Amino acid sequence: MVLAVQDPSEGADPRQELRSRAEIDRSCQGPVTLFVASAVGWLLFGSLLAMAASIKLHSPGFLSHHAWLTFGRVRPAHLNTVIYGWAAMVGIAAMLWLQTRLSRVTLVFPRLLTAIAWLWNLAVAAGTVAILAGHGTGVEWIEFPVPVALALALLFGAVGLVSFYTFARRPPGHIYVTQWYLFGAILWFPYLYLMAQLMIHLGGATGVVQGSANWWFAHNVLGLFLTPIGVGAVYYLIPKVIGRPIHSYYLSLLGFWSLALFYNWAGTHHLVGGPLPAWLISVGIVGSVMMFIPVTAVAINHHLTMVGHFHMLRTSPTLRFVVFGGMSYTLVSFQGSLQALRGVNEISHFTHYTVAHAHLGVYAFYSMVMFGAVYYMLPRMTGREWSSARLIRIHFWGSALGIALYWGGLTWGGWLQGRMMNDAAIPFLDIVRFTIPFLWSRSFAGVLMTIGHVAFAVLVWRMLAGAREPARAPGPTLLGRPRGEREINPAEAQ
Amino acid sequence: MNRTALLYAGIIFTVIISSIGLVFIPEYQLFRLEPVEAADGNLYPQPRTEFEEAGRRVYIAMGCVYCHSQQVRPEHFGADIDRGWGTRRSVARDYLYDQPHQLGTMRTGPDLVNIGSRQSDDNWHYQHLYDPELTSPGSTMPKFPFLFEKRTLEPGREPPFNAIRMPPGVLAENEYLLPTTDAQQLVAYLKSMRHDYAVPEAQP
Repeated sequence: MVLAVQDPSEGADPRQELRSRAEIDRSCQGPVTLFVASAVGWLLFGSLLAMAASIKLHSPGFLSHHAWLTFGRVRPAHLNTVIYGWAAMVGIAAMLWLQTRLSRVTLVFPRLLTAIAWLWNLAVAAGTVAILAGHGTGVEWIEFPVPVALALALLFGAVGLVSFYTFARRPPGHIYVTQWYLFGAILWFPYLYLMAQLMIHLGGATGVVQGSANWWFAHNVLGLFLTPIGVGAVYYLIPKVIGRPIHSYYLSLLGFWSLALFYNWAGTHHLVGGPLPAWLISVGIVGSVMMFIPVTAVAINHHLTMVGHFHMLRTSPTLRFVVFGGMSYTLVSFQGSLQALRGVNEISHFTHYTVAHAHLGVYAFYSMVMFGAVYYMLPRMTGREWSSARLIRIHFWGSALGIALYWGGLTWGGWLQGRMMNDAAIPFLDIVRFTIPFLWSRSFAGVLMTIGHVAFAVLVWRMLAGAREPARAPGPTLLGRPRGEREINPAEAQ
Repeated sequence: MNRTALLYAGIIFTVIISSIGLVFIPEYQLFRLEPVEAADGNLYPQPRTEFEEAGRRVYIAMGCVYCHSQQVRPEHFGADIDRGWGTRRSVARDYLYDQPHQLGTMRTGPDLVNIGSRQSDDNWHYQHLYDPELTSPGSTMPKFPFLFEKRTLEPGREPPFNAIRMPPGVLAENEYLLPTTDAQQLVAYLKSMRHDYAVPEAQP
């Protein structure tokens, strides 16, 4: 058995292959679309909470008269709905579908997976209500009460078992690079989540060690759960859309194992300057800087795969979102490595700069890749085409311009905020006033992103409800005319 | 061992090793920390009273941690001490009784780990929580009106002794404000926060 960069389905009898691929996609339809639809619902709800939290930061009087809607509850409710509702559910959808495609077998236990999706929704809803009611744990990224967290870990473990079982049923062949990343996410997340509960909420760690456990966990939710799903999806989708294998097997190998080795250790850079042993912080900084290796390897590999095909960004919705996400991965990771350095962190820590960085990771990288994955998966599962190229364009530009403005405004404002905070001659309230225009720019960016999400939700809704479009469109919905093709006369196409 | 098993083993190994490095070894290093006796004969840090601990739960329930850190960085690293947020850096020993931790990662508002030594006036805290701009003009901290009870004064009677003193014009002539139990507990907790005692690792 060989680890390979070639999609295992390539090279077999093409007609047979297409048939079985269609069969696999159809088998995913029920549970995987349920995960996607739920994720989109949480994305919309999370966007509402985000807008409320963002507006409160420059206009504190907004919705301030009820404890349920105070900033300190709306903000963690936003984080937990977008991470455990949107990001995790769309990630599970992508994981399940990619695993069936790459194992060349139909989805197993669809009814179990459907039940898991509903229970997952129920758990996230219960956790969110608990946070808004004041029963959040107050520990960042693990605010859900312990029973909710345990339920999510258990459900995720069940998804993992289904994925392993799917893999075990496959005909002999390669393990594609995407699958390495999927196994990473499947095995890492339950361990991280259970260990964090044990060490922080169930009394395993004392005092500041909880802080270390907190950031070991929270940073790894991004690094060892969302990142492998995102990078794995990019490894599958770019070659699929452009019809060309990944550039280098060895770079893939280097990228995966160096990520596994180094990302694990990066978390304590969230505690630079804090009351923890100096060696512990240094380890986190070293881990962060070493991330240059996997990120550079992946960036080169993806870039050399794409070379000569960048013109397709004009036409393919999937490719446009996925390449945007892939490039953001490089950017956010390089930024993160530099941000961990003591000299930079002295300024950026405790400011909006960090908030901008977090959104560059979860949104500009991960969420954009997942948008692209949904644009690829859903038509194949439902046998329908996207109903409107214009709505896809609105989604892309709303999200892309929104996150660019978001990141630009808060990075700039946050950096200056940090410089001012380190100058004791500047009164604190002057700094508060100084940041307000930047916080407005974030709210405006949030509106753009939310417009994108609404367009996306309408598209998904129409596709699943099947109300507006014919069951079989003449071809895929593209954003422009592919190079070298003459304009199709609408009358002729009929 | 085939390649698949190697893949699984590698994935599991990397994460277990990191949890040992970043969680278990620090715990092994720090779990024996104990309070120290100060010149006044008391042990520091001091355990919180039940009332203060309840206030800490209010602090958590209101999500104060999303804007306020609880740690003073060392001298020459940032300006925490110059800003008067503490007289020495915070050390691991200061957090012996914190469960769960509230170290925080954001300073939309100032650090609070020494708020008890900076501001010991109950009435200031109540005014600040009721409407932050009363004490700190330009503040973007939310108001917490739901931590207070507004009562109407019967004609010819004085407000009770525990009514919050307010600047004129905030309340109507015949109104007065009482802190709820939550507010009293929260303020008790805020006033208990201080890292101003000497520890072997750092002198104030």
